[in-house]
Amino acid sequence: MKSIAELEAIRKKTLEQINLRSTDKEMRIIVGMATCGIAAGARPVMNAFVSELSKRNIDNVSVTMTGCIGTCRLEPIVEVIDKEGNKVTYVNMTPEKAVRVVAEHIVNGRVCIDYTIGEAEKE
Amino acid sequence: MQLYRSHVLVCGGTGCTASNSSKIIDELEVQIKEFKLQDEVKVVKTGCFGLCAEGPIMVVYPEGAMYTMVKVEDIKEIVEEHLLKGRIVKRLIQGAKADDVDASIEESDFFKKQLRVALRNCGVINPENIDEYIAFDGYKALAKVLTEMKPEEVIETIKKSGLRGRGGGGFPTGLKWEFAARQENQQKYVCCNADEGDPGAFMDRSILEGDPHSLIEAMAIAGYAVGANQGYIYVRAEYPIAVNRLNIAIESAKEYGLLGKNIFDTGFDFDLEIRLGAGAFVCGEETALMTSIEGHRGEPRPRPPFPAVKGLWGKPTILNNVETYANIPQIILNGPEWFTSIGTEKSKGTKVFAIGGKINNTGLVEIPMGTTLREVVYEIGGGIPGGKEFKAAQTGGPSGGCIPASHIDTPIDYDSLIQLGSMMGSGGLIVMDEDTCMVDIAKFFLEFTVDESCGKCPPCRIGTKRMYEILERITDGKGEEGDIEKLEVLAKNIKASALCGLGQTAPNPVLSTLKYFRDEYVAHVRDKKCPAGVCKSMMKYVINNDICKSCGICAKQCPVSAISGDRKTQTPYVIDQEKCIKCGVCMEKCPFKAIFKNV
Repeated sequence: MKSIAELEAIRKKTLEQINLRSTDKEMRIIVGMATCGIAAGARPVMNAFVSELSKRNIDNVSVTMTGCIGTCRLEPIVEVIDKEGNKVTYVNMTPEKAVRVVAEHIVNGRVCIDYTIGEAEKE
Repeated sequence: MQLYRSHVLVCGGTGCTASNSSKIIDELEVQIKEFKLQDEVKVVKTGCFGLCAEGPIMVVYPEGAMYTMVKVEDIKEIVEEHLLKGRIVKRLIQGAKADDVDASIEESDFFKKQLRVALRNCGVINPENIDEYIAFDGYKALAKVLTEMKPEEVIETIKKSGLRGRGGGGFPTGLKWEFAARQENQQKYVCCNADEGDPGAFMDRSILEGDPHSLIEAMAIAGYAVGANQGYIYVRAEYPIAVNRLNIAIESAKEYGLLGKNIFDTGFDFDLEIRLGAGAFVCGEETALMTSIEGHRGEPRPRPPFPAVKGLWGKPTILNNVETYANIPQIILNGPEWFTSIGTEKSKGTKVFAIGGKINNTGLVEIPMGTTLREVVYEIGGGIPGGKEFKAAQTGGPSGGCIPASHIDTPIDYDSLIQLGSMMGSGGLIVMDEDTCMVDIAKFFLEFTVDESCGKCPPCRIGTKRMYEILERITDGKGEEGDIEKLEVLAKNIKASALCGLGQTAPNPVLSTLKYFRDEYVAHVRDKKCPAGVCKSMMKYVINNDICKSCGICAKQCPVSAISGDRKTQTPYVIDQEKCIKCGVCMEKCPFKAIFKNV
């Protein structure tokens, strides 16, 4: 390696991959990954979050799993929690909806109301 | 580019490797494949996390869940429950509270008070992967130094930071580099002291095993600052994992052009070689170390001239400890003011300690200078096992002294420890409780230095041996009137006349224990008693017949059949003091606590 630019390129590329080794995060995305969740397709949803966040170079958001949240018929369920602890629960998630949640909620702070549990319960 | 959603970091330091962490890593790979998670979960072998008492350690991100005392049999459950289903396996988490899903490594009492500067990458990166070092700002300091700073500016920065040698001497690092830089137009050398001879110390080992590149980068920076193109790392041969990782790191750095000719196209050349030690404590002394690198028997020589003026092969050489170097890249990147904001007035920055002895959380910690001994023992260290009384803490290994309980609120820094009659040393901290005999401790350290004396100068070769013989007699119950005074006179003379640091500091443990625990020495010499009940010649195990229920367990356990009695006729059991080897097994096994130490 001859230049600092090359060093910087290696740094950026690797950091994207190992960035999750820190618990200092602004927001947390928690994906329900119990049997019901997995059966309903939570894995692709989780992977969609991970890859969309990476595409947008967002490194202060963590994506973790949890067990059965309770409302199994609404799986896959995803909870988004901000630094103050405010929680939004998204239900019936799909990889496509995950991408939208990242764009609207994570980046722009606008909750995607129609995906929330509140909306689902109304029906 | 493979994007993993979870990283599992397993400690690959020597301690955890000895507890099978490599097998744990293998089993993880197997189970992860079984559950088809290989594209989502990455297993990484890292350096030492520090909580060695609870190893093998495994941390799962992004949760930061720290699993302790992991066994190969636990792995299937962890993979199935946590990695697949997201349910942290609580019973394996250190100090898990009832419903605390967060059980995160950063909340743990052990890590809360630490400030990891020298150890910043240990337990976080894979030390065998140079890219991971680069990801966390690796080699950025070297780039900055070579392209934006003049050598004088680098030295100024290190001087301003107040960094002092972490090998024990505490000499201002910037000043040492300046002395060498001032020597004109000569071949110069940069050396690293990775001999780490103090018994029980493994701070440097953990940095070498967990973050070898930080050393390489720092030595290159040092070379640029003083005008040297060649570096040597003198590492003890008893650290095979460290040597292996250093070799891998040097190879990778060379591949990337970060070592060798014309680094970053700036015309600066720097090469690095490893030299292995051969088991001599004295080779941790700077002049003996250099003599050893030159191919001779490791023996010190008088100074002046100091190595910065005339060192390896008579050329200007700087020698710094591993931990000192580990701080350099951060000081360059964050600026000297950042470093001076940590620590006390004359001792800036942090210090890594290897905590051992009678303490719950044995392991490695890095704390800001000025942290009190009480915080280290009771908060970070988790207190004394069995709720025993804290008696003293030994710092500085065989060259240091003890800090008694009366001074437990002393803030730890170079000068406060010297004032108490001890020294910082390289960072070994041995905690002692009410069951420790201070005379025995002094004898233990002196036995070590007598063995390691190179023999060149009479004060050390002969003096320490005479001191040791006196201590042997004292602990054997054969102390004589005047022995303590003899020890003091010998100690003062050896300190004043020995050629090198080994001899000059060998009497310290004796002087220090005499200062704070003279009454124990007097009890041994005058009363032929060991108050702590340790010195075997002056204590005996006795069965209290009022409590003894004649169950016979002690007699069964005794390895030399020294206990007699009869269960059937309920005759009280008695220990034959002539046969007894004072091993203590009977007392340990008695279910009625009928056996006592009689001092």
